[in-house]
Amino acid sequence: MKGSPAQPQCGFSNAVVQILRLHGVADYRAHDVLQDPGLRQGVKNYSNWPTIPQVYLNGEFVGGCDILLQMHQNGDLVEELKKLGIRSALLDAEKDQDKK
Amino acid sequence: MAPGARPFRMLPARLLPLLRTPLRLLPRLASSTPMAGEKPVEASIRSKLQRELEPTHLEVHNESHQHAVPPGAETHFKVVIASSRFAGLPLLQRHRLVNEILQAELAGPVHALSIHAKTPEQWDQNADVSRSPACLGGSKHDPHMAEKLGSQG
Repeated sequence: MKGSPAQPQCGFSNAVVQILRLHGVADYRAHDVLQDPGLRQGVKNYSNWPTIPQVYLNGEFVGGCDILLQMHQNGDLVEELKKLGIRSALLDAEKDQDKK
Repeated sequence: MAPGARPFRMLPARLLPLLRTPLRLLPRLASSTPMAGEKPVEASIRSKLQRELEPTHLEVHNESHQHAVPPGAETHFKVVIASSRFAGLPLLQRHRLVNEILQAELAGPVHALSIHAKTPEQWDQNADVSRSPACLGGSKHDPHMAEKLGSQG
């Protein structure tokens, strides 16, 4: 990403941070490519993907901000998190909704 | 014909080039020639996507003005495409296909590319496309931006 989760330096990177926050995912590694030009180019070569941010789940490249947003909107992200043993906070939010 | 003279008195000068274009080429004009006000990178993106994906719907937006780059920059783009070429492809593969088509632009001046890739059926069902997130100034702090902008100078 560009910047840090506490202080993103890019709107697209921030969108990723906010989506993860919505799902209650706080325990993840974030790397600021603006501080590390080697990483910036290296990660693009590694994933064969030209832009930042880049999202990896369990070491596997998932996509950028657009893809994460669409996964969030269509429910795929909840499923992918489940596969990693992470329960999305949105499921609990839904449960609370149902109880009311 | 005398310089400055118009073959048809009522025709505005800016439309004169159209008279020289054979009629059979006119329908394709939009895909191979820059639209009014369109700059080179935008024109190139549009033309490549048109040619490679034969989309039923295509929008190419230069969003550079929403970011911390000088006016007139062509660094941040959003493309919205509906194409049957995306059928059966998961999102990541759709985006990779677009990235591949635009690899020259992405290796060059284009710094950010937002992609919305649907099949024509998906587009008919839902033509809603989310707005790009607001800039948080990243390009201001980016030592590489000067290089990218330099290529457009």
